[in-house]
Amino acid sequence: MDENLKSELRKQGIVATTLQELYNWGRKNSLWPLNFGLACCAIEMIAASMARYDMARFGAEVFRPSPRQADLMIVAGTVTKKMAPQVVRLYNQMAEPKYVISMGACAISGGPFKQGYNVLKGIDRYIPVDVYIPGCPPRPEALIDALMALQKIIDKQSLTGADRPRHLQADAPSEFVVPEFGAHDLEPSQNPEVWQPPLVNISLGGTDDAGKH
Amino acid sequence: MSTATEPVRILPQSPANSGSDSGEGQLLEVSMGPQHPSTHGVFRMDVVLDGERVVRLKPVFGYLHRNHEKIAEHETYLGSMPYTDRLDYICSLTNNWAYALAVEKLAGIQVPERAEYIRIITAEMTRFLNHAALIGFLTQDMGASGTPLMYAFRERETILDLFESLTGARMMCNYMRFGGCRVDLPAGWLDQAKKFAATLPRFLEEFERLLATNEILMARTQGVGVLSKEFAVNAGVTGPVLRASGVNYDVRKVDKYGIYDRFAFKVPLGEHGDTYDRYMIRLLEMRESLKILNQALRDIPEGPIVDPKTKIRGFKPKPGEAYGRIEAPKGELGFYLISDGTANPYRYRVRSSCMMNLTVLEDLCIGHNVADVVVILGSIDIVMGEVDR
Repeated sequence: MDENLKSELRKQGIVATTLQELYNWGRKNSLWPLNFGLACCAIEMIAASMARYDMARFGAEVFRPSPRQADLMIVAGTVTKKMAPQVVRLYNQMAEPKYVISMGACAISGGPFKQGYNVLKGIDRYIPVDVYIPGCPPRPEALIDALMALQKIIDKQSLTGADRPRHLQADAPSEFVVPEFGAHDLEPSQNPEVWQPPLVNISLGGTDDAGKH
Repeated sequence: MSTATEPVRILPQSPANSGSDSGEGQLLEVSMGPQHPSTHGVFRMDVVLDGERVVRLKPVFGYLHRNHEKIAEHETYLGSMPYTDRLDYICSLTNNWAYALAVEKLAGIQVPERAEYIRIITAEMTRFLNHAALIGFLTQDMGASGTPLMYAFRERETILDLFESLTGARMMCNYMRFGGCRVDLPAGWLDQAKKFAATLPRFLEEFERLLATNEILMARTQGVGVLSKEFAVNAGVTGPVLRASGVNYDVRKVDKYGIYDRFAFKVPLGEHGDTYDRYMIRLLEMRESLKILNQALRDIPEGPIVDPKTKIRGFKPKPGEAYGRIEAPKGELGFYLISDGTANPYRYRVRSSCMMNLTVLEDLCIGHNVADVVVILGSIDIVMGEVDR
């Protein structure tokens, strides 16, 4: 629809919209997070929902203890190898459409504890992550920023067409492999549908920055 | 590993009751956690119930085991300081102090007077915010959804503003150094802190009036989870939980570490050792913290903030061992270090107050309703970062 016509109509008190816009507008403004804190970042998550930062302004203050009622999982803290199966299982138990914010350095990559033998090097090895927030821990403002970034993502999703989101594609996976402890480590060590090791292109015969061989 | 896959299962009937199909005597095993709104992190309890009553309770932890001690053995002494922030992540500054104290003991470093005052000011502020947040979480577990926690977090934000202007970070302060502190107080910080301390009595008054005589709170906490004096001492419980049972043991008074002997303050003691006493002791300790804070803000001298002879780079203490402990908000927090003369500690061990206090959980919960378990757990005040390390 023509934008000018839309704004003309709005002046008359008539709102014209599409079903997709209405649907996304409703979804993005009532994201219910899962009440689920892992470590230090959870305290900042709580602080973000308290009076000073007040996540309720963005419709995301209703922390649900049950994954069945939640739309958004904020992975707030270090995911250890003992906890990773539980996190993936909780994600599987959430109803579609569902989104994930990976909050803090630990949830992104293992963070300061990356060298530890019991720390998972990023939750995105097992579940798809929509927004990453760096920081150790990120400030509450950063969480609100991530929430707004997620709202923009939701706003752009189209209901039809080949690029429609996962929950509208019948053959797309909604459940992901739950890792288990094997002989040495978690098995599988990553879910190849979601994450693959980054390929680093190293050419040995090349030149360095100074142009010398 | 059988974790949350089968959260609820019926145990076999006991022989005495086999044959009755009324369900009488059947035990129900419930797995509470690791994702549970009231377990204060990723903590799981295998609770065996007879109806509503708790028959057995097995704590299961390790969901946040982040290899703190092992990592520290590969780090330099100073390199472990940021990791101590993340032990008990609500009170990073007291963790810093306990670790700095252990290393200072190990290497024989003296701390300048001004730095001691700064340490006490920050530690008492930390104690204040920890206790306020704890009471908020405890009442939230009882169903007072929001209000007390919001009040507590309002004060917490003000304290965190002070911490941020001093250390650069809200939560992970990484502020103490061996032989002092990292940076001096910024200009005007003391005035701000004094202004803040002047508002605290009103907050305490409000916080106490809001809850202390609340009928529901009294019904839910009085006589619930009684911890006897003897049992508390035998189990190695420390901190407010121990003092709520009436044992006069406060490391600030016993060790007089830092310069705590210069301050006039009392150690509040409980009588019954129940959850209400554990709640009340925190309110009273906040008052005492405020007393110390006011004295320290009044008396803080000028001077250097770090011992100039301390080496930052190439810090290698002589071979030996040391145990440094402080009265952290949750109890006695100690670091045990063995040095073999290299830049890394040979052994680095954390004596976690939360972990020790958690060991009495089963004995406190048996015989009570399942709804009381979260209240008792809340009153013990655990943070999984320090329990699992």
